[in-house]
Amino acid sequence: MAQKTLAGKNVEVTDEGYLHDFNEWNEDIAKEIAQEEGIELGDEHFQVLTFLREKYQEGANLTIRKVGKSGITDIKGFYNLFPGGPLKKASKIAGIPKPTSCV
Amino acid sequence: MENQEKGKINKVSVICAKGNLEDVYAALVLANGAVMDGKEAKLFFTFFGLDAVIKKRMNKLQTATVGNPALRMPNGARMPKLLGMIPGVQKMVSNMMKKQMDELDVPPVDEFLDMITAGGGEVYACQLAVDMFKVGKDDLSEHVSGILTVGEFYEKAAGEGAQIIFT
Repeated sequence: MAQKTLAGKNVEVTDEGYLHDFNEWNEDIAKEIAQEEGIELGDEHFQVLTFLREKYQEGANLTIRKVGKSGITDIKGFYNLFPGGPLKKASKIAGIPKPTSCV
Repeated sequence: MENQEKGKINKVSVICAKGNLEDVYAALVLANGAVMDGKEAKLFFTFFGLDAVIKKRMNKLQTATVGNPALRMPNGARMPKLLGMIPGVQKMVSNMMKKQMDELDVPPVDEFLDMITAGGGEVYACQLAVDMFKVGKDDLSEHVSGILTVGEFYEKAAGEGAQIIFT
């Protein structure tokens, strides 16, 4: 566990940069993590992030397929929004733990 | 950091030569997992594995109930050998496995190939197997982007940090 300053706030993150407590998340923190990943967040990004946070709170196992069926975007769109590892990157930006699913 | 020291995997090429449900899914999960991780992924279907990209067969794959000693009943007991031979049992067992996988968000084969290609993964069929089984181009799923010889496959599989996996 490491300390990190994100959007002027001191937060605890894992060694890979995932927020320790998802309640500490806010949109500015999301933007800053996204920037580190080389992604500029738009409306559609935030819709996906909200979807992931809601599903995480419900205790669902997060998968790319679920995002593809969310009605926000399809799987191709998801890859375009978060290139090079959509579920991992989106989870990190959404302030939720690293996904553990194999699909 | 640790990854860089060990040498990173940047690309995986998965060869699937068997048409059992579990062999095909192993290949699909490995390729999809690579795509999900931002790695380049190529899938190469050959011999009986070709069924996974034949439109009429891809979603009807089965797991063997004969000659599969690891197969168990829902209560955990070994499946009696003779039971596996009864007509319809193999289909029933296979459908149960598909249902279990669907609950874990593991999709049917055609949808799985959708997911892999949507992420930039590429799917190929083997020239020799296509000729041998007399499969026409129209019989193959639209996910297949080419029919390759083994030499062409190796060309596609090349690269730094590239791995070839055989299931």
